Amino acid sequence: MQWNSAGEFFAMGGYAFYVWGSFGACALLMLAEPFLAKRRLSEVRQSLIRERLADELELQQKTS
Amino acid sequence: MNQSIIQWFKFGSPQAFYPLAGRMIPWFWAAAAAFGIAGLWISFFVAPTDAQQGEGYRIIFVHVPASWMSMFIYLVMAFWAGLGLALNTRLSGMMAQSLAPTGALMAALSLWTGALWGKPMWGAWWVWDARLTSELILFFLYLGFMALQAAIDDPRRADKAGAILALVGVVNIPIIYFSVKWWNTLHQGSTINLTKAPSMAHTMLWGMLLMALCFWMYSIAVALTRVRAIILERERHTDWVKHAVE
Amino acid sequence: MNALLATVRRDLLLALRRKSEVLTAVFFFVIVTSLFPLGIGPEPVLLKKIAPGILWVAALLATLLGLPRLFAADHVDGTLEQMALSPSSLGLLVAGKILAHWLLCGLPLVLLAPVLGLQFDLDASALVILTLALLLGTPLLSLIGAIGAALTLGVRGGGVLLALLVLPLYIPALIFGAGAVEAHIAGLGAGGHLSLLAAMLALAVFFAPWATTAALRIALE
Repeated sequence: MQWNSAGEFFAMGGYAFYVWGSFGACALLMLAEPFLAKRRLSEVRQSLIRERLADELELQQKTS
Repeated sequence: MNQSIIQWFKFGSPQAFYPLAGRMIPWFWAAAAAFGIAGLWISFFVAPTDAQQGEGYRIIFVHVPASWMSMFIYLVMAFWAGLGLALNTRLSGMMAQSLAPTGALMAALSLWTGALWGKPMWGAWWVWDARLTSELILFFLYLGFMALQAAIDDPRRADKAGAILALVGVVNIPIIYFSVKWWNTLHQGSTINLTKAPSMAHTMLWGMLLMALCFWMYSIAVALTRVRAIILERERHTDWVKHAVE
Repeated sequence: MNALLATVRRDLLLALRRKSEVLTAVFFFVIVTSLFPLGIGPEPVLLKKIAPGILWVAALLATLLGLPRLFAADHVDGTLEQMALSPSSLGLLVAGKILAHWLLCGLPLVLLAPVLGLQFDLDASALVILTLALLLGTPLLSLIGAIGAALTLGVRGGGVLLALLVLPLYIPALIFGAGAVEAHIAGLGAGGHLSLLAAMLALAVFFAPWATTAALRIALE
């Protein structure tokens, strides 16, 4: 372990901007992408569920 | 033997793959998290300070895995695309389509971290180094693939056209890389040389490998999530989809 | 072979009826190369150094102009479907169309390049190398471009998309084409560059018509 304090760790020997800029961008984009993919999936599922409910409703109205 | 081949073909149908992917995704997330924690631990707490580059070199722990993945994903994408073209399976095209954004993301991350590494090391955000330039062209290839698929309304045609483009790209990538390298050596005799990596300590290599595994597992997890969405979008008028969502 | 020549003749005849389309690409080439000295300044040393690159980039963009029309008209009036159904192989007919495209959009640039090179104070031997490099390179551009043209046939925003798909694939031709002239000026000899261009051309002659045909069949489905 080469860090004596948390401040030293975050300073990264003067390269803080570059190191945290790199790791930060990776973290940000690699959190955003799965979020967007999951949202896309849940959006399709929602619309499919709505469609199905609409179908069932229509069926009920026809039979009643 | 025959039985197992039939099993594989069964999972080749979107209907069978959709629930299978759903079950696999958490495992890949878990693997990505485990490799990521171990990799980050090594990159920040185990790997020693570099003699020449100080702490700035720690960027390679994300830069190199992102570059590797961007190239690897293009190959995998072209593989699925080619398979779809040869066997005319629906799922292959969907896989290729779901991989492209992740590959483009990796290429973008590689460029971004490369620029952030270049500034303190060479004093410039961007140098026309052979690797950086090839990575930029690879990013363009991803963008072209996604733009072509987005522009074609019929998904089957989009798959096939994308497949041809991906295969043409795969043939061209070595030519492009070679030509860029040639161009680079012709134009700058000295100053910048990325190819000579400083003799790498074992811990650094381990850190990079673990981070690469993390990125790999992440890519699979995210591509599987996206392919599930694509399956539902494309097959929304079939009966099984109506029963698959509760 | 007859089918190939017949396609070439047909496309040339059609193009001669609409001369403006061919001339557009040529004028574009002339104007773009003339814009660079205006933007950069009239220093002969600098201009001479960047001349190969400018001429090549302009040639790249000029060949791009004709590409969307390569299959579009035939696609709209149904000729392309007839070609796909005809007894002679579609690959051969496609090769004929690509050859015609080169004769119309590539060859004029090759012939014009030495004249434009004079604007940049290139000497005679450099002009010869430039012409040779373009002679090997422009067919390569037509061949690769044809794949893109077939893929984007009848697609929304086809023209811009075509540029996005094709330009990254043009990079090796640009590097070796412009590099040949630069290497010659630097006294390194252009042989290596020219033979690599020729090798890429040979590769493309084999594979590009095939890939183009596959892409066209997909578009026609």
